[in-house]
Amino acid sequence: MNRPAKTARSVALSGLALQPLHSYAFSPILNELRGATGSSLFDRLFTSPTNIFSPQSAPAHDIFRLSMFTLIVTGAIFVTVSGLLLYAIIRFRERPDNVDADREPPQIYGSNQIELAWTVIPILIIVVLFLSTVRVIFGIQQAPEPKQALDVQVIGHRFWWEFRYPKYGVITANELHVPVSSDPKDPLPTYLKLTTADVDHSFWVPRLAGKTDLFGGQVNTTWIQPEATGIYYGQCAQFCGMEHARMLIRVYAQSTTDFQSWIANQQKIAVEDPSVAEGRGVFEQNACINCHSISGTVANGHFGPDLTHLMSRDTIAAGTLPNTRANLEKWIKDPDAYKPGCLMPAMELSDQDVKKIASYLVTLH
Amino acid sequence: MADSIPLSGIVDLTPDEEHPRLWLQVMHDWIVTVDHKKIGLMYIAASLMFFAIGGVEVLLMRIQLAKPESKFLSPEQYNQLFTLHGTTMIFFVAMPILFGFGNYLVPLMIGARDMAFPRLNAFSFWIYLFGASLLYYSILGGKGVFGGSGIPDVGWFAYAPLTESGFSQGNGSDYWALGIFITGIGTIGTALNITATTICMRCKGMKLSRMPLYVWLMLVTSVMALAAIPPLSAAQIMLVLDRHLGAHFFDIQAGGSAVLWAHFFWIFGHPEVYILVMPAFAFANEIIPVFSRKAIFGYPAMVAASVGIAFISFTVWAHHMFTVGMGAVANTAFVLSTMVIAVPTGIKIFNWLATIWGGKIRFRVPMLFCIGFLFQFTIAGLTGIMLGVAPFDWQLHNSYFVVAHFHYVILGGIFFCLFGAFYYWFPKMTGRMMDETLGKWHFWLFVLGFHLTFDFMHIPGLLGMPREIYTYEPGHHWGIWNMIVTIGAFVQAIAVLIFVFNLVRSCFKGKLAGNDPWDAWTLEWTTTSPPPSYNFASEPTVRSRRPLWDLKHPEEPDWEYELGTENEMAAK
Repeated sequence: MNRPAKTARSVALSGLALQPLHSYAFSPILNELRGATGSSLFDRLFTSPTNIFSPQSAPAHDIFRLSMFTLIVTGAIFVTVSGLLLYAIIRFRERPDNVDADREPPQIYGSNQIELAWTVIPILIIVVLFLSTVRVIFGIQQAPEPKQALDVQVIGHRFWWEFRYPKYGVITANELHVPVSSDPKDPLPTYLKLTTADVDHSFWVPRLAGKTDLFGGQVNTTWIQPEATGIYYGQCAQFCGMEHARMLIRVYAQSTTDFQSWIANQQKIAVEDPSVAEGRGVFEQNACINCHSISGTVANGHFGPDLTHLMSRDTIAAGTLPNTRANLEKWIKDPDAYKPGCLMPAMELSDQDVKKIASYLVTLH
Repeated sequence: MADSIPLSGIVDLTPDEEHPRLWLQVMHDWIVTVDHKKIGLMYIAASLMFFAIGGVEVLLMRIQLAKPESKFLSPEQYNQLFTLHGTTMIFFVAMPILFGFGNYLVPLMIGARDMAFPRLNAFSFWIYLFGASLLYYSILGGKGVFGGSGIPDVGWFAYAPLTESGFSQGNGSDYWALGIFITGIGTIGTALNITATTICMRCKGMKLSRMPLYVWLMLVTSVMALAAIPPLSAAQIMLVLDRHLGAHFFDIQAGGSAVLWAHFFWIFGHPEVYILVMPAFAFANEIIPVFSRKAIFGYPAMVAASVGIAFISFTVWAHHMFTVGMGAVANTAFVLSTMVIAVPTGIKIFNWLATIWGGKIRFRVPMLFCIGFLFQFTIAGLTGIMLGVAPFDWQLHNSYFVVAHFHYVILGGIFFCLFGAFYYWFPKMTGRMMDETLGKWHFWLFVLGFHLTFDFMHIPGLLGMPREIYTYEPGHHWGIWNMIVTIGAFVQAIAVLIFVFNLVRSCFKGKLAGNDPWDAWTLEWTTTSPPPSYNFASEPTVRSRRPLWDLKHPEEPDWEYELGTENEMAAK
């Protein structure tokens, strides 16, 4: 098992400090600004693991270039219009030397030529902007899926993510593992087929691609192609109820060999450790099994995340807590204390039973 | 043409006999009134009350978001607050206050004695107040049979199926759907009324081409409201049918469609933006010329642009849905329509600029607010273009960038004009001036607070912060920006308190205004301040767009110019 970040368990709740922030690649423009100021203040203000202006994936790059072009065009318009406006209000203000109530300024009612000019020029700008936009829309949305692409089904739940790898028969939750696409000549994209089990959600990992919504009754497609190994962060971007804020996404981009070994581990049935048979018994005799699946056991519910390889994940409760034994115990005891409004009920278990279940769960590597 | 416009003094306008009255009688007068001015003032007062409520709601939310992992509010409370805030500000503040001004001003500006349907007018106001109260009754109204939230907590656009009974078990969604449905009846009534009034009640000589731009834009707004409210009302009825009678319009499991709700909502929702922004443009169209001392530049183009925006605004709704998976072709179509709407909007900005150009600008408070509006609305329009670039929108959609954008439109655009309108027409409504010094404090503090809040709110959006989240993690580095945003919100709150203080104080202690304190040009300034219940003692006659200009400048009246252009057109 080679996971990119064993250290995750030791980090704070945020878990976002897995890589030092300066190791995130930033856009050339921001890099220049950074060079100019050269302070760590800049890092504190403008760096974020979810910065849309630090793309690391083909569709995000295309969006970024178009965004910069749009910013330049709109910026130029802003400078022109506000410059004229500023000039006008300073130049044409009422001053002591012209404050003569009887004398109004000359009345000008309009001018067809000028008005035609400021109709035609915006139209030209719009044509340019429109054509560049269309290119990117079709470039991303109509990109043919290459043969070597990985397919993953994404199913939104209140308030967690289910990821299914049909080709490998793997089901996991909240932490999406994909192969990195380091060779631009031989891209290795991951195509996501998204739908929802309940209400609308939206899949958003800013450094990899724009948002794609998960709407019931339809399957939307999007694709990502991370260029560097590491963890990419995101979260649900369509209000879906009480815990919308704690429906976080982590995408682990791994080298092909790491990814294959991850897949191989996920394909195994759950570890059966006789020393925790008691905990397994408690788990199976309670309602846990109505919502959670553990392969090779009677637990085959589908409302909650699949727990077969629970301990291969860095977080629980869709990124709310680091996946440690202590947190598992706290979580099982009273989920509402950490994620109020989440759909997992507190089962009113005794502390002893909670401990037993936790010792069973921590064996599920 | 002095003899055709009865100025006060020419006819007897002494008010009705004064006699001491009990406050109950005064109340009774207001409740049974069908006078468009009193109804207009009641609209404005009710909206201001809801503005205060919506403002308190947002301050609570801003305290919660000021730092990461804050425990000030529970997720449930936070979700209820942003739902109430959005719904209140759009449906119970912005729309009624703008229609309230319309109610007050339209008949005065066209030389009419009242609206076309005075009793419908009163009905519209009371039904609006009832609808709005119904939504707020949800706070008292219990949780319904299945528990869950009694207060709506589904966001102001209430995307189904989240509002379906399976996911929204309390009565919250019912209050939301029915409260706004009922308010919508009032809006439709008022829209009908303003449409009929502008078409049928104009005084002698006021052809459509001589109507003040304010009235033109209120006409356009009203026609838009007539077309835009019904889809929302229909969707709300469908939702209530789903929730209580087992219909399946939006019920995915039974073959309903979630996208259907989004389409219904936004085909109302986007024209709605223009329903709000048109009356704001309308204020600017009156205030900017008067304080620049020049006629509006390109009156016909301004009318054409407004009508153009009204039509195009019904074709852009799905730019709120670039991420729902409509496919490349549909996305492209809506990118095009969205960008096209920038053209008439640009024409307006440039025409205002040309109106200022060569004028003698008087920086009184109404003008200050309008200048703020011009700057801020330009920025709002440009961020709108960014959002119209669909791939950029895939990143920006539902992020704090969008929240900053539409607050720029609504607060930086619409409310700045609205504040300007308060200072401008307050003398007409009460007979007293608002205090200029307090007004300037209000303006500068509000500008400071506004820019602190909404300039900096764009940044967490760019750093990946989605909207409608009750908390966030520290590692995203959104905290510092949110702290600045929160500080700005409180600065704005102080500015609004100054405004309210000024408003109340000026009612009693303001300088007497006289009929025409701004040396303005439209008909409402010919009558007394406040106007008598019958507005004009006899029907005015106008010969141009600026009847008072003609009166004050007989040497170069507007009608000469207008006659000239008409002859030119005829010759062609």
